[in-house]
Amino acid sequence: MTDFTYSLDADGVATIAWDVPGKSMNVMSLAGFAELDAAIDRALADSAVKGIVITSAKKDFAAGMDLNALARMREEAGADPARGLFEGVMMMHGVLRKIERAGMDPKTLKGGKPVAAALPGTALGLGLELPLACHRIFAADNPGARIGLPEIMVGIFPGGGGTTRLVRKLGAMGAAPFLLEGKLSDPKAAKAAGIIDEVVPAEDLLARAKGWVLAASDADLVKPWEARGYKMPGGAPYHPAGFMTFVGASAMVNGKTQGVFPAARALLSAVYEGALVPFDTALRIEARWFTHLLLNPSSTAMIRSLFVNKQALEKGANRPAVPDQTVKKLGVLGAGMMGSGIAHAAADAGIEVVLIDAAQEAAERGKAHAEALLDKAVKRGKVSAGKKAEVLARITATTDYAALEGCDLIVEAVFEDPGVKAGVTRQAEAVIPATAIFATNTSTLPISDLAGASARPAQFIGIHFFSPVDRMMLVEIIRGRETGDVAVAKALDFVRQLRKTPIVVNDARFFYANRCIIPYINEGIRMVAEGVTPPLIENAARLAGMPLGPLQLVDETSIDLGVKIAKATRAAMGAAYPDAAADEVLFAMADQGRLGRKSKAGFYAYDDKGNRLGLWPGLAAAWPVAAAQPEVTEVQHRLLFAQVLEAVRALEDGVLTDIREGDVGAILGWGFAPWSGGPFSWLDIFGAARAVEICDRLTAAHGPRFTAPALLREMAGRGETFYGRFAAAPAQAA
Amino acid sequence: MTEAFIYDAARTPRGKGRPDGALHEVTSVALSARLLNAVKERNGLQGGAVEDVIWGNVTQVGEQGGCLARSAVLLSDLDESIPGLAINRFCASGMEAVNLAANQVRAGAGAGYIAGGVEMMGRVPMGSDGAAIAVDPSLAMKTCFVPQGISADIIATIYGFSRDEVDALAVDSQRRAAEAWAEGRFARSIVPVRDQNGLTILATDEYMRPGTDMQSLGALKPSFRDMGETMPGFDQIALMKYPQLERIEHVHHAGNSSGIVDGAAAVLVGNSAFGDRWGLKPRARIRATAKIGTDPTIMLTGPVPVTEKILREAGMSIADIDLFEVNEAFAAVVLRFMQAFDVDASKVNVNGGAIAMGHPLGATGAIIIGTLLDEMERRGLGTGLATLCIASGMGAATIIERV
Repeated sequence: MTDFTYSLDADGVATIAWDVPGKSMNVMSLAGFAELDAAIDRALADSAVKGIVITSAKKDFAAGMDLNALARMREEAGADPARGLFEGVMMMHGVLRKIERAGMDPKTLKGGKPVAAALPGTALGLGLELPLACHRIFAADNPGARIGLPEIMVGIFPGGGGTTRLVRKLGAMGAAPFLLEGKLSDPKAAKAAGIIDEVVPAEDLLARAKGWVLAASDADLVKPWEARGYKMPGGAPYHPAGFMTFVGASAMVNGKTQGVFPAARALLSAVYEGALVPFDTALRIEARWFTHLLLNPSSTAMIRSLFVNKQALEKGANRPAVPDQTVKKLGVLGAGMMGSGIAHAAADAGIEVVLIDAAQEAAERGKAHAEALLDKAVKRGKVSAGKKAEVLARITATTDYAALEGCDLIVEAVFEDPGVKAGVTRQAEAVIPATAIFATNTSTLPISDLAGASARPAQFIGIHFFSPVDRMMLVEIIRGRETGDVAVAKALDFVRQLRKTPIVVNDARFFYANRCIIPYINEGIRMVAEGVTPPLIENAARLAGMPLGPLQLVDETSIDLGVKIAKATRAAMGAAYPDAAADEVLFAMADQGRLGRKSKAGFYAYDDKGNRLGLWPGLAAAWPVAAAQPEVTEVQHRLLFAQVLEAVRALEDGVLTDIREGDVGAILGWGFAPWSGGPFSWLDIFGAARAVEICDRLTAAHGPRFTAPALLREMAGRGETFYGRFAAAPAQAA
Repeated sequence: MTEAFIYDAARTPRGKGRPDGALHEVTSVALSARLLNAVKERNGLQGGAVEDVIWGNVTQVGEQGGCLARSAVLLSDLDESIPGLAINRFCASGMEAVNLAANQVRAGAGAGYIAGGVEMMGRVPMGSDGAAIAVDPSLAMKTCFVPQGISADIIATIYGFSRDEVDALAVDSQRRAAEAWAEGRFARSIVPVRDQNGLTILATDEYMRPGTDMQSLGALKPSFRDMGETMPGFDQIALMKYPQLERIEHVHHAGNSSGIVDGAAAVLVGNSAFGDRWGLKPRARIRATAKIGTDPTIMLTGPVPVTEKILREAGMSIADIDLFEVNEAFAAVVLRFMQAFDVDASKVNVNGGAIAMGHPLGATGAIIIGTLLDEMERRGLGTGLATLCIASGMGAATIIERV
């Protein structure tokens, strides 16, 4: 036995302790399931065993199921993946159901052995589904522990009986935030919600669980839904109260997900159908929907990007093999929104920060911004007052460049002007150690050009944060022409310290994320000029899974910024500039002072407080709505191809070197249709051949910006997918 | 082909569908049986005179469950050799009963039928029979289900009917219904509801509000705004189907939507030999019938495509129709019909409709066929069309011709 240890004490309580070797956190594998099953069999068969406690030998209980095991189940079934998955899932139900029945007579429900779960810390996903199958759940009073079922966040739902058990326990309405939103709770909140039964001092955890096991009666082992007369809390689907819950749930989920996330739909169906039948049948229904979901390409892609590859990138999948570059002292140049946000994030991660601005007042303002963010976190109970003081104490706000002495990393976030940036680069480099790395947070200027101001271009790199820094999890690391491996490793180690997700790209106009967002926005604006009714543009985008329509997005990022970028790009590209049609609208908006949300006027109208009221009625006067409107799919194709073709071109150009980074970066950076797993996954689901066909059609109708890249055309010809062609290894662009 | 004729059409007055409504004390089966008895007596039918009783009824649970048609036959004075078929096509159930009867007669399957329906909405609440399309997430999400009121508001939004326009139609409905009652235009069809002792329980439509004007309607709040805009947010679902819209304009309320009432209606349908056998004179020929499925989200636009279909199949044009009954489920449904066919309001629902008098779901289809025929006779017109919008996105229509 490796994943679970088994021991029997003098009182007759068998303790099954989860302790996956070589890992700091328990994760359930198929082998683990077999071991757990054997341990349960052993305890049930041994007449000396009066009851069982399932716990963990680590500080936490478990992080859940190893999602790779699910993928393996599917692969090993070969030609019949549905059967492989369904049988695999039913096997898991079998083990958990054995724990729940614990040897009792299935008719009288008497004679079972009590099973308690004792959770020392975090219990997520299957790490909670297993306890839910036990007869009583004890948790250590550990406020840092997280308890919940976060599966929905990676595109699946709790398929180890958690859906069926939690709905029967809490009712559909009560279980909704935990199942549909993946809400996590600390032990006290989990008890208040009715998910777990007792919160006890950590040192008493095992004793309390054992005490309960020894005192439990037959009736204590019977779940409410197995007892006669059970009524689902809040009402079953055709109970008058339940009726409204279910009608409302479908509408809310459908509206919120715009119909594109299969997980929420499958989850709700499992809940509804399961609520109408006995428990074991409900588990089988849950398994069928779970299988159906795992077979859906969207779920596969979401798991791959949002779980597997996101983690791989965070763990340094593309980190050069150089020694540890953990940042100890950070210098931030420029205390504006970005600079102060970066300073806050770094100080929060335990890094000492020197925050510099030209005026002391400005530097202090930057620190005050960090304080405001901390106050918000304190208010929400995420940060203690003590922690806040500690974090703030790490930030030194000053105008004095001498304070940068000893910094091993500088992040420059001053005004987007090459001259200003060159000045602060030279000023900083005069003070910092010769080994220090200098990073610029520019979002528009080429890194290799800015590196010209540096005396050590090999130590010069781009680290591009997104706004607002505290909420945006992606950091785009940009390798300049001369940037060395140490600088890349430094940037990656820094991002890991901040607990954000990095992608590493090569230097080219707008790097990766902005390069893809701009064509999306421009395509939307072009359609306004063409007379496409604006709601159709916005709704089509949302129906494709984009969190914001292009017009709302440009209102948020600001229209004058768009104008600035357009002018600069036009100047750089000359006659090849493709977006003149969009600029006509963009410039006209800016000329009228409609700069977006910040000016309370843009493509949308806003009230005095800046709340969006609706699309600006003046749009129709300036750009009349055409009598003939395109099909919604036509609009969607234009908006999505504008983005995914740019991603393919970034790969072809060598800006991206790894499609995993292209996918993860797109979802975290600009919210690209998360259901698809990112632009490359989207194209794989769509099919290269069909994509090329659509490109040809769009090119004929709307212009050469939709020309299929050579790589895509080649893949179409060969019947390839991106993930097939580039596998897990970093891509070598064609 | 054998022709199908209407020999009689009868209906009960409509009572308010709530505990203080006049018909609230009457069971669904009793109301049905008493109306069947009236049809039997008015036409001198005996024994197994008809092939079947086809009885429309939407909410088939509780007292309306268990094949209410057969129960009604057994409680009535009809012979037990006459079976009974309970059918449900939501709001067109009563019309579908008539159409089914007519088409069986035309096909030679039986000489005569009593077809109609009943709904005691105050006794058996609408929706109490459940509905997978609303509750089952697989279906509700696939179809983008929204409640009918939202659908009616989608129609108003897409086809541009303002709050004033929908309210004006409601005011007209009330005025026309009041006039029709005042002039006794429903006299031929109305069968007062009496108790087991012969005492009258209800003799006139109870739901009407004759004094209704634009001002009184203007005071009413839109009924479907909250569920549309906030909880649970059905407007978002509507926009998924109709993404060209930015928002849904909520214009419908209790005053311009059909009333919740109790009532029953029956139509006696048969071939010419049936008339000869019982000495009855045919009042109208059932020229054509049709039904159709449409988008379930906007749900209530069925009258337009089903009318196009029935006209096409009958080789007729809209100009061939002299008079229309378009069920007033919601004001926008009727406005859309008139807009689509450019039909003048003076030809549509001339004696008011369900907004004024109420919409007993399972019966209305049969009621409006009777109302149409009565008025065609009064005006001396030849051809009439009745149509209804139907839940879950359907439509039904019947064309009748006087003989």
